[in-house]
Amino acid sequence: MNSVGEACTDLKREYDQCFNRWFAEKFLKGDRSGDPCTETFRRYQRCVQKAIKEKDIPVDGVDFMGPNKDKPES
Amino acid sequence: MVKYFCNNTDIKSAWDHVVTAFWQRYPNPFSTHVLTEDVVYREVTADNRLFSRRLLMKTNRLPRWAERFFPGGMSRSVYIIEDSIVDPVNRSLTTYTWNLNHTTLMSVEERCVFKDSVEQPATTQLKREAWISSSIYGFSKPIQEFGLARFKSNQVKAMKGLEYALSNLQGETPQRLLRDTVKDASEKAKEAAKTLASAAAVPQKPQQYV
Repeated sequence: MNSVGEACTDLKREYDQCFNRWFAEKFLKGDRSGDPCTETFRRYQRCVQKAIKEKDIPVDGVDFMGPNKDKPES
Repeated sequence: MVKYFCNNTDIKSAWDHVVTAFWQRYPNPFSTHVLTEDVVYREVTADNRLFSRRLLMKTNRLPRWAERFFPGGMSRSVYIIEDSIVDPVNRSLTTYTWNLNHTTLMSVEERCVFKDSVEQPATTQLKREAWISSSIYGFSKPIQEFGLARFKSNQVKAMKGLEYALSNLQGETPQRLLRDTVKDASEKAKEAAKTLASAAAVPQKPQQYV
């Protein structure tokens, strides 16, 4: 899958591989022994956040789960 | 005026698999309209829940009559945010998805909650809700109807895409937990064909394309 920043696709895939392994083998099993993906995430984010700004994608300042706040409980 | 939609489905896979596959469902044969996918925020909270934000870019396929609402310079792509919370202790995944642009034309918000099925073992129940609205003067009703129809058709694709990701996961040995892209899968099929052609053939699991 491609990143919205064309230059970031390889970094994204590298991070995704790390995350998917950590998620299934550690996170879901309650293993809190630390995140092996911090560095690769950082590299990926540096790239993709720059692409987001360059493309003027209006993600900034959007509250997490924002629109959910005015909805009734599931 | 908002159109509300709600339904419940059972997914015949355990919650752990569904949640793992959730991150790996793109690309899939049903998601050709999804052009890019990025994680733009992620955090493990103090109470060990995983908060994530994904940014998706999708093509915006409109019927002819709706295209007149698009002034020439407007982007054809739709940016979508998907925020999610994985709670591994309470075994729930909640996602909230909405479009960032083209909101005057149509705003679609969707909330999904994935939990263990109460009735059936190794099954996940999905409760899906959507809120669809349009602000185009005089056309909001047909646009909302179109939006709802497209939402339902996208729902079917999304479920097929998730099942595709699940079948890739479950067929794999632990080392192969990581999903290949669709292109890599066709490379593997080529390799498999070569291997079968040679004397020392090892039986290969057939690629699962729906």
